[in-house]
Amino acid sequence: MAESQYSFSLTTFSPSGKLVQIEYALNAVAAGATSLGISAADGVVIATEKKLPSTLVDESTVQKIMTITPSIGVVYSGMGPDFRVLVRRARKTAQTYYQTYKEHIPVAQLVRETAAVMQEFTQTGGVRPFGVSLMMAGYDDNGPQLYQIDPSGSYFAWKASAIGKNMTNAKAFLEKRYSDEVGIEDAVHTALLTLKEGFEGQLSGANIEVGVVGPNRSFKVLTEAEVNDYLQEVE
Amino acid sequence: MSIFSYNGAAIVAMAGKECVAIGSDLRFGVQMQTITCDTPKVFKIHDKLYLGLSGLLTDAQTLHQKLMFRHNLYKLREERDMKPSTFGHMLSNALYERRFGPYFAAPVVAGLEPDGTPFLCGMDTIGAIETAKDFMITGTSPESLYGMCESMWRPDMEPDELFETVAQCLMSGFDRDALAGWGAVIHVITKDKVISRTLKTRMD
Repeated sequence: MAESQYSFSLTTFSPSGKLVQIEYALNAVAAGATSLGISAADGVVIATEKKLPSTLVDESTVQKIMTITPSIGVVYSGMGPDFRVLVRRARKTAQTYYQTYKEHIPVAQLVRETAAVMQEFTQTGGVRPFGVSLMMAGYDDNGPQLYQIDPSGSYFAWKASAIGKNMTNAKAFLEKRYSDEVGIEDAVHTALLTLKEGFEGQLSGANIEVGVVGPNRSFKVLTEAEVNDYLQEVE
Repeated sequence: MSIFSYNGAAIVAMAGKECVAIGSDLRFGVQMQTITCDTPKVFKIHDKLYLGLSGLLTDAQTLHQKLMFRHNLYKLREERDMKPSTFGHMLSNALYERRFGPYFAAPVVAGLEPDGTPFLCGMDTIGAIETAKDFMITGTSPESLYGMCESMWRPDMEPDELFETVAQCLMSGFDRDALAGWGAVIHVITKDKVISRTLKTRMD
Protein backbone atom coordinates (compact mmCIF):
# COMPACT_ATOMS: atom_id res chain seq x y z
CA MET A 1 0.00 0.00 0.00
CA ALA A 2 2.76 2.50 0.91
CA GLU A 3 5.10 3.35 -1.94
CA SER A 4 6.67 6.01 0.32
CA GLN A 5 9.70 5.65 2.61
CA TYR A 6 7.42 4.52 5.42
CA SER A 7 7.47 0.78 5.82
CA PHE A 8 6.57 1.13 9.49
CA SER A 9 3.12 1.82 10.87
CA LEU A 10 2.20 5.37 11.84
CA THR A 11 -0.38 3.95 14.24
CA THR A 12 1.66 2.98 17.26
CA PHE A 13 0.76 2.02 20.83
CA SER A 14 0.86 4.52 23.66
CA PRO A 15 2.26 3.37 27.05
CA SER A 16 -1.27 2.90 28.37
CA GLY A 17 -2.01 0.42 25.56
CA LYS A 18 -4.16 2.74 23.43
CA LEU A 19 -3.81 3.41 19.74
CA VAL A 20 -4.12 7.19 19.82
CA GLN A 21 -4.56 7.48 16.05
CA ILE A 22 -7.73 5.41 16.35
CA GLU A 23 -8.96 7.54 19.25
CA TYR A 24 -8.45 10.64 17.11
CA ALA A 25 -10.17 8.95 14.17
CA LEU A 26 -13.17 8.36 16.46
CA ASN A 27 -13.04 12.07 17.29
CA ALA A 28 -13.26 12.84 13.59
CA VAL A 29 -16.34 10.62 13.44
CA ALA A 30 -17.90 12.29 16.47
CA ALA A 31 -17.49 15.65 14.76
CA GLY A 32 -19.36 14.46 11.67
CA ALA A 33 -23.07 14.77 10.88
CA THR A 34 -25.36 12.41 12.78
CA SER A 35 -26.33 9.13 11.16
CA LEU A 36 -28.49 6.37 12.57
CA GLY A 37 -29.97 3.01 11.76
CA ILE A 38 -32.92 0.97 13.00
CA SER A 39 -33.45 -2.74 12.36
CA ALA A 40 -37.15 -3.61 12.31
CA ALA A 41 -38.87 -6.98 12.19
CA ASP A 42 -39.24 -6.84 8.40
CA GLY A 43 -36.52 -4.49 7.23
CA VAL A 44 -33.84 -1.93 8.06
CA VAL A 45 -33.75 1.86 7.77
CA ILE A 46 -30.69 4.11 7.81
CA ALA A 47 -30.77 7.89 7.79
CA THR A 48 -28.42 10.85 8.00
CA GLU A 49 -28.39 14.63 8.17
CA LYS A 50 -27.29 16.22 4.93
CA LYS A 51 -25.73 19.43 6.30
CA LEU A 52 -24.22 21.35 3.42
CA PRO A 53 -21.61 24.09 3.85
CA SER A 54 -23.60 26.64 1.86
CA THR A 55 -27.00 27.16 0.24
CA LEU A 56 -25.20 27.46 -3.09
CA VAL A 57 -24.25 23.76 -3.07
CA ASP A 58 -26.35 21.70 -5.50
CA GLU A 59 -27.64 19.24 -2.92
CA SER A 60 -29.14 16.88 -5.49
CA THR A 61 -25.58 15.79 -6.38
CA VAL A 62 -24.59 15.07 -2.78
CA GLN A 63 -25.15 11.41 -1.94
CA LYS A 64 -24.38 10.22 1.56
CA ILE A 65 -26.18 6.90 1.47
CA MET A 66 -24.67 4.49 -1.08
CA THR A 67 -25.75 1.09 -2.36
CA ILE A 68 -23.14 -1.64 -2.25
CA THR A 69 -25.30 -4.50 -3.59
CA PRO A 70 -28.97 -4.54 -4.50
CA SER A 71 -29.70 -5.65 -0.92
CA ILE A 72 -27.09 -3.74 1.07
CA GLY A 73 -26.72 0.00 1.65
CA VAL A 74 -24.36 2.03 3.80
CA VAL A 75 -24.21 5.45 5.45
CA TYR A 76 -21.40 7.16 7.38
CA SER A 77 -20.39 9.80 9.86
CA GLY A 78 -17.02 11.48 9.45
CA MET A 79 -14.89 12.24 6.41
CA GLY A 80 -16.74 11.99 3.10
CA PRO A 81 -13.70 11.21 0.91
CA ASP A 82 -12.65 8.32 3.19
CA PHE A 83 -16.21 6.99 2.88
CA ARG A 84 -16.04 7.02 -0.92
CA VAL A 85 -12.84 4.95 -0.88
CA LEU A 86 -14.44 2.36 1.41
CA VAL A 87 -17.58 2.19 -0.72
CA ARG A 88 -15.41 1.49 -3.78
CA ARG A 89 -13.63 -1.32 -1.96
CA ALA A 90 -16.86 -2.78 -0.58
CA ARG A 91 -18.49 -2.75 -4.03
CA LYS A 92 -15.49 -4.53 -5.50
CA THR A 93 -15.55 -7.14 -2.73
CA ALA A 94 -19.27 -7.71 -3.33
CA GLN A 95 -18.80 -8.05 -7.09
CA THR A 96 -15.87 -10.45 -6.72
CA TYR A 97 -18.05 -12.59 -4.48
CA TYR A 98 -20.84 -12.53 -7.03
CA GLN A 99 -18.51 -13.43 -9.86
CA THR A 100 -17.20 -16.45 -7.96
CA TYR A 101 -20.40 -17.76 -6.40
CA LYS A 102 -23.20 -16.24 -8.56
CA GLU A 103 -24.85 -15.42 -5.24
CA HIS A 104 -25.12 -12.01 -3.56
CA ILE A 105 -22.75 -11.58 -0.65
CA PRO A 106 -24.41 -12.01 2.77
CA VAL A 107 -24.39 -8.85 4.92
CA ALA A 108 -22.18 -10.33 7.65
CA GLN A 109 -19.53 -11.38 5.11
CA LEU A 110 -19.39 -7.92 3.51
CA VAL A 111 -19.15 -6.30 6.93
CA ARG A 112 -16.28 -8.62 7.84
CA GLU A 113 -14.33 -7.87 4.68
CA THR A 114 -14.85 -4.10 4.95
CA ALA A 115 -13.85 -4.16 8.60
CA ALA A 116 -10.71 -6.09 7.61
CA VAL A 117 -9.78 -3.28 5.19
CA MET A 118 -10.24 -0.68 7.91
CA GLN A 119 -8.09 -2.72 10.30
CA GLU A 120 -5.38 -3.00 7.64
CA PHE A 121 -5.02 0.77 7.64
CA THR A 122 -4.26 0.72 11.36
CA GLN A 123 -1.35 -1.64 10.93
CA THR A 124 0.20 -0.97 7.51
CA GLY A 125 3.17 1.28 6.79
CA GLY A 126 2.67 4.89 5.79
CA VAL A 127 -1.13 5.09 6.05
CA ARG A 128 -3.58 6.55 8.55
CA PRO A 129 -6.85 5.04 9.79
CA PHE A 130 -10.11 5.91 8.01
CA GLY A 131 -11.93 8.86 9.58
CA VAL A 132 -15.40 7.30 9.25
CA SER A 133 -17.73 4.99 11.08
CA LEU A 134 -20.08 3.08 8.79
CA MET A 135 -23.67 1.94 9.31
CA MET A 136 -24.31 -0.98 6.97
CA ALA A 137 -27.89 -2.14 6.44
CA GLY A 138 -28.98 -5.16 4.45
CA TYR A 139 -31.43 -8.01 4.02
CA ASP A 140 -30.27 -11.56 3.26
CA ASP A 141 -31.18 -15.16 4.09
CA ASN A 142 -30.66 -14.36 7.78
CA GLY A 143 -33.21 -11.55 7.65
CA PRO A 144 -32.71 -7.80 8.17
CA GLN A 145 -29.39 -6.78 9.68
CA LEU A 146 -27.72 -3.55 10.80
CA TYR A 147 -23.98 -3.27 11.51
CA GLN A 148 -21.70 -0.48 12.68
CA ILE A 149 -18.04 -0.55 11.61
CA ASP A 150 -15.52 1.67 13.41
CA PRO A 151 -12.16 3.10 12.21
CA SER A 152 -10.39 0.43 14.25
CA GLY A 153 -12.08 -2.29 12.23
CA SER A 154 -14.31 -3.55 15.03
CA TYR A 155 -17.90 -4.13 14.07
CA PHE A 156 -21.11 -4.65 15.99
CA ALA A 157 -24.60 -5.70 15.01
CA TRP A 158 -27.23 -3.34 16.33
CA LYS A 159 -30.97 -3.35 16.71
CA ALA A 160 -30.76 0.44 16.59
CA SER A 161 -27.87 2.86 16.91
CA ALA A 162 -26.52 6.28 16.03
CA ILE A 163 -23.08 7.68 15.18
CA GLY A 164 -21.70 11.20 14.76
CA LYS A 165 -22.29 14.52 16.46
CA ASN A 166 -25.48 13.83 18.38
CA MET A 167 -25.03 10.12 19.00
CA THR A 168 -25.42 9.99 22.81
CA ASN A 169 -28.77 11.79 22.78
CA ALA A 170 -29.91 9.90 19.71
CA LYS A 171 -29.00 6.51 21.24
CA ALA A 172 -30.84 7.41 24.46
CA PHE A 173 -33.89 8.39 22.41
CA LEU A 174 -33.71 5.14 20.43
CA GLU A 175 -33.33 3.04 23.56
CA LYS A 176 -36.61 4.39 24.85
CA ARG A 177 -38.42 4.05 21.56
CA TYR A 178 -37.14 0.72 20.24
CA SER A 179 -39.22 -2.45 20.27
CA ASP A 180 -38.59 -5.80 18.57
CA GLU A 181 -42.02 -5.96 16.94
CA VAL A 182 -41.70 -2.61 15.18
CA GLY A 183 -42.43 -2.77 11.45
CA ILE A 184 -40.45 -0.95 8.79
CA GLU A 185 -42.91 1.94 8.42
CA ASP A 186 -42.80 2.68 12.16
CA ALA A 187 -39.02 2.36 12.07
CA VAL A 188 -38.80 5.11 9.43
CA HIS A 189 -40.97 7.36 11.59
CA THR A 190 -38.82 6.68 14.64
CA ALA A 191 -35.67 7.40 12.62
CA LEU A 192 -37.05 10.76 11.51
CA LEU A 193 -38.10 11.67 15.03
CA THR A 194 -34.63 10.78 16.31
CA LEU A 195 -32.97 12.96 13.69
CA LYS A 196 -35.35 15.77 14.53
CA GLU A 197 -34.18 15.68 18.18
CA GLY A 198 -30.72 17.00 17.45
CA PHE A 199 -31.47 18.95 14.30
CA GLU A 200 -30.99 22.73 14.16
CA GLY A 201 -33.72 24.06 11.94
CA GLN A 202 -36.56 22.48 10.00
CA LEU A 203 -36.27 18.86 8.75
CA SER A 204 -37.10 18.41 5.07
CA GLY A 205 -36.46 15.99 2.24
CA ALA A 206 -33.67 18.27 1.05
CA ASN A 207 -31.54 18.22 4.21
CA ILE A 208 -31.81 14.55 5.23
CA GLU A 209 -31.27 11.28 3.40
CA VAL A 210 -33.10 8.02 4.18
CA GLY A 211 -32.40 4.51 2.90
CA VAL A 212 -34.68 1.49 3.38
CA VAL A 213 -34.50 -2.24 2.63
CA GLY A 214 -37.55 -4.48 3.15
CA PRO A 215 -38.51 -8.13 2.55
CA ASN A 216 -38.21 -7.48 -1.20
CA ARG A 217 -34.43 -7.32 -0.46
CA SER A 218 -34.09 -4.22 -2.58
CA PHE A 219 -32.19 -1.36 -0.93
CA LYS A 220 -33.57 2.03 -1.98
CA VAL A 221 -32.58 5.58 -1.12
CA LEU A 222 -35.87 7.45 -0.70
CA THR A 223 -36.53 10.38 -3.00
CA GLU A 224 -36.98 13.88 -1.61
CA ALA A 225 -40.73 13.60 -2.19
CA GLU A 226 -40.96 10.27 -0.33
CA VAL A 227 -39.02 11.69 2.62
CA ASN A 228 -41.33 14.70 2.73
CA ASP A 229 -44.35 12.37 2.77
CA TYR A 230 -42.93 10.48 5.77
CA LEU A 231 -42.13 13.79 7.48
CA GLN A 232 -45.72 14.91 7.09
CA GLU A 233 -46.92 11.67 8.70
CA VAL A 234 -44.61 12.36 11.61
CA GLU A 235 -45.54 16.02 12.24
CA MET B 1 -2.80 -40.60 -26.97
CA SER B 2 -4.97 -37.89 -25.40
CA ILE B 3 -4.30 -36.66 -21.89
CA PHE B 4 -7.97 -37.26 -21.13
CA SER B 5 -7.71 -40.97 -21.88
CA TYR B 6 -4.55 -41.63 -19.90
CA ASN B 7 -6.43 -42.91 -16.85
CA GLY B 8 -10.03 -43.52 -17.98
CA ALA B 9 -13.34 -42.91 -16.21
CA ALA B 10 -17.12 -43.11 -16.58
CA ILE B 11 -19.44 -40.91 -14.54
CA VAL B 12 -23.23 -40.61 -14.72
CA ALA B 13 -25.48 -38.34 -12.66
CA MET B 14 -29.27 -38.26 -12.90
CA ALA B 15 -32.14 -36.33 -11.33
CA GLY B 16 -35.27 -37.98 -9.99
CA LYS B 17 -38.23 -36.90 -7.87
CA GLU B 18 -36.60 -34.85 -5.08
CA CYS B 19 -33.51 -37.03 -5.33
CA VAL B 20 -30.31 -37.26 -7.35
CA ALA B 21 -27.98 -40.15 -8.04
CA ILE B 22 -24.35 -40.03 -9.13
CA GLY B 23 -22.13 -42.98 -9.95
CA SER B 24 -18.72 -43.76 -11.35
CA ASP B 25 -16.63 -46.74 -12.36
CA LEU B 26 -13.88 -48.01 -10.08
CA ARG B 27 -10.96 -48.62 -12.43
CA PHE B 28 -7.61 -46.98 -11.87
CA GLY B 29 -5.32 -47.63 -14.80
CA VAL B 30 -2.35 -46.18 -16.64
CA GLN B 31 -3.11 -46.45 -20.34
CA MET B 32 -3.53 -50.17 -21.06
CA GLN B 33 -2.56 -51.44 -17.60
CA THR B 34 -5.18 -51.68 -14.86
CA ILE B 35 -3.65 -51.04 -11.45
CA THR B 36 -6.57 -51.20 -8.99
CA CYS B 37 -10.35 -51.59 -9.06
CA ASP B 38 -11.24 -49.67 -5.92
CA THR B 39 -10.83 -46.06 -7.08
CA PRO B 40 -14.14 -44.18 -7.19
CA LYS B 41 -14.24 -40.91 -9.07
CA VAL B 42 -17.12 -39.43 -7.12
CA PHE B 43 -16.35 -37.42 -3.99
CA LYS B 44 -18.59 -36.11 -1.23
CA ILE B 45 -18.46 -32.39 -0.53
CA HIS B 46 -21.27 -32.41 2.01
CA ASP B 47 -24.39 -34.45 2.75
CA LYS B 48 -26.37 -32.97 -0.12
CA LEU B 49 -23.56 -32.38 -2.61
CA TYR B 50 -21.40 -34.83 -4.55
CA LEU B 51 -18.77 -34.14 -7.20
CA GLY B 52 -17.66 -36.47 -9.98
CA LEU B 53 -14.36 -35.82 -11.77
CA SER B 54 -13.15 -37.56 -14.93
CA GLY B 55 -9.94 -37.03 -16.87
CA LEU B 56 -6.38 -37.13 -15.63
CA LEU B 57 -6.62 -38.67 -12.16
CA THR B 58 -3.88 -36.57 -10.58
CA ASP B 59 -5.69 -33.40 -11.63
CA ALA B 60 -9.02 -34.83 -10.45
CA GLN B 61 -7.51 -35.58 -7.03
CA THR B 62 -5.81 -32.17 -6.69
CA LEU B 63 -8.93 -30.34 -7.83
CA HIS B 64 -10.98 -32.24 -5.26
CA GLN B 65 -8.50 -31.30 -2.50
CA LYS B 66 -8.54 -27.63 -3.52
CA LEU B 67 -12.32 -27.57 -3.59
CA MET B 68 -12.55 -29.18 -0.15
CA PHE B 69 -10.15 -26.47 1.06
CA ARG B 70 -12.38 -23.76 -0.34
CA HIS B 71 -15.57 -25.35 0.94
CA ASN B 72 -14.15 -25.81 4.44
CA LEU B 73 -13.17 -22.14 4.62
CA TYR B 74 -16.59 -21.14 3.28
CA LYS B 75 -18.27 -23.25 5.97
CA LEU B 76 -16.17 -21.63 8.71
CA ARG B 77 -16.82 -18.09 7.43
CA GLU B 78 -20.45 -18.32 6.47
CA GLU B 79 -21.53 -20.96 9.01
CA ARG B 80 -23.46 -22.89 6.37
CA ASP B 81 -22.86 -25.51 3.66
CA MET B 82 -22.48 -24.34 0.08
CA LYS B 83 -25.53 -24.68 -2.13
CA PRO B 84 -24.90 -26.99 -5.12
CA SER B 85 -25.54 -24.18 -7.60
CA THR B 86 -23.08 -21.93 -5.76
CA PHE B 87 -20.51 -24.74 -5.72
CA GLY B 88 -20.94 -25.23 -9.45
CA HIS B 89 -20.23 -21.58 -10.15
CA MET B 90 -17.28 -21.52 -7.82
CA LEU B 91 -15.85 -24.58 -9.57
CA SER B 92 -16.40 -22.98 -12.98
CA ASN B 93 -14.56 -19.88 -11.79
CA ALA B 94 -11.73 -21.95 -10.30
CA LEU B 95 -11.25 -23.85 -13.58
CA TYR B 96 -11.22 -20.69 -15.70
CA GLU B 97 -8.54 -19.17 -13.45
CA ARG B 98 -6.28 -21.80 -15.01
CA ARG B 99 -7.42 -20.99 -18.55
CA PHE B 100 -3.95 -21.23 -20.08
CA GLY B 101 -2.66 -24.17 -18.08
CA PRO B 102 -5.85 -26.04 -17.20
CA TYR B 103 -6.69 -28.90 -14.90
CA PHE B 104 -7.30 -31.86 -17.22
CA ALA B 105 -10.47 -32.82 -15.42
CA ALA B 106 -14.13 -32.57 -16.42
CA PRO B 107 -16.46 -32.31 -13.43
CA VAL B 108 -20.07 -33.27 -12.82
CA VAL B 109 -21.84 -31.71 -9.81
CA ALA B 110 -24.91 -33.41 -8.34
CA GLY B 111 -26.84 -32.35 -5.27
CA LEU B 112 -30.02 -31.15 -3.64
CA GLU B 113 -30.65 -27.43 -3.17
CA PRO B 114 -31.78 -26.31 0.32
CA ASP B 115 -35.43 -26.43 -0.81
CA GLY B 116 -35.08 -30.03 -2.02
CA THR B 117 -34.91 -29.49 -5.77
CA PRO B 118 -32.33 -31.63 -7.56
CA PHE B 119 -29.34 -29.81 -9.06
CA LEU B 120 -27.11 -31.18 -11.83
CA CYS B 121 -24.39 -29.47 -13.77
CA GLY B 122 -21.33 -30.38 -15.81
CA MET B 123 -18.33 -28.48 -17.08
CA ASP B 124 -15.56 -28.81 -19.57
CA THR B 125 -11.93 -28.58 -18.56
CA ILE B 126 -11.89 -24.76 -18.53
CA GLY B 127 -15.17 -24.26 -16.71
CA ALA B 128 -17.89 -23.82 -19.35
CA ILE B 129 -20.86 -24.66 -17.15
CA GLU B 130 -24.06 -26.33 -18.27
CA THR B 131 -27.02 -27.18 -16.01
CA ALA B 132 -29.42 -30.00 -16.78
CA LYS B 133 -32.76 -31.19 -15.49
CA ASP B 134 -32.26 -34.82 -16.52
CA PHE B 135 -28.71 -36.19 -16.54
CA MET B 136 -25.03 -35.26 -16.82
CA ILE B 137 -22.19 -37.51 -17.91
CA THR B 138 -18.45 -37.35 -18.39
CA GLY B 139 -15.75 -39.88 -19.15
CA THR B 140 -13.75 -41.71 -21.80
CA SER B 141 -16.80 -43.12 -23.63
CA PRO B 142 -19.24 -40.21 -23.70
CA GLU B 143 -21.15 -41.44 -26.75
CA SER B 144 -22.08 -44.75 -25.07
CA LEU B 145 -23.05 -42.99 -21.84
CA TYR B 146 -25.16 -40.36 -23.65
CA GLY B 147 -26.85 -43.03 -25.71
CA MET B 148 -27.82 -45.05 -22.63
CA CYS B 149 -29.00 -42.05 -20.63
CA GLU B 150 -31.08 -40.55 -23.44
CA SER B 151 -33.01 -43.78 -23.85
CA MET B 152 -33.34 -44.78 -20.20
CA TRP B 153 -34.08 -41.48 -18.43
CA ARG B 154 -37.63 -40.62 -17.43
CA PRO B 155 -38.83 -37.70 -15.31
CA ASP B 156 -39.82 -38.08 -11.64
CA MET B 157 -38.16 -41.39 -10.81
CA GLU B 158 -38.22 -42.52 -7.19
CA PRO B 159 -34.85 -43.20 -5.46
CA ASP B 160 -34.87 -46.98 -6.07
CA GLU B 161 -35.90 -46.63 -9.71
CA LEU B 162 -33.28 -43.91 -10.15
CA PHE B 163 -30.60 -46.19 -8.75
CA GLU B 164 -31.50 -48.98 -11.19
CA THR B 165 -31.48 -46.58 -14.15
CA VAL B 166 -28.11 -45.04 -13.25
CA ALA B 167 -26.66 -48.50 -12.61
CA GLN B 168 -27.79 -49.86 -15.98
CA CYS B 169 -26.69 -46.75 -17.90
CA LEU B 170 -23.28 -46.74 -16.24
CA MET B 171 -22.63 -50.47 -16.66
CA SER B 172 -23.81 -50.71 -20.25
CA GLY B 173 -22.10 -47.44 -21.03
CA PHE B 174 -18.64 -48.49 -19.90
CA ASP B 175 -19.08 -52.07 -21.14
CA ARG B 176 -17.29 -51.38 -24.42
CA ASP B 177 -14.82 -48.91 -22.92
CA ALA B 178 -11.43 -50.52 -22.31
CA LEU B 179 -10.35 -47.74 -19.99
CA ALA B 180 -13.37 -47.62 -17.67
CA GLY B 181 -15.22 -50.23 -15.68
CA TRP B 182 -13.98 -52.91 -13.25
CA GLY B 183 -16.86 -52.27 -10.84
CA ALA B 184 -19.01 -49.23 -10.03
CA VAL B 185 -20.21 -47.18 -7.06
CA ILE B 186 -23.48 -45.26 -7.00
CA HIS B 187 -24.73 -42.74 -4.44
CA VAL B 188 -28.44 -41.89 -4.22
CA ILE B 189 -29.03 -38.61 -2.40
CA THR B 190 -32.41 -37.88 -0.86
CA LYS B 191 -33.71 -35.35 1.65
CA ASP B 192 -32.79 -37.40 4.73
CA LYS B 193 -30.12 -39.85 3.67
CA VAL B 194 -27.57 -40.97 1.14
CA ILE B 195 -27.49 -44.63 0.07
CA SER B 196 -24.21 -45.77 -1.46
CA ARG B 197 -24.04 -49.07 -3.28
CA THR B 198 -21.04 -50.78 -4.84
CA LEU B 199 -21.69 -52.92 -7.92
CA LYS B 200 -19.82 -56.00 -9.02
CA THR B 201 -19.48 -55.94 -12.80
CA ARG B 202 -17.49 -57.71 -15.51
CA MET B 203 -13.87 -57.28 -14.51
CA ASP B 204 -12.53 -56.38 -17.88
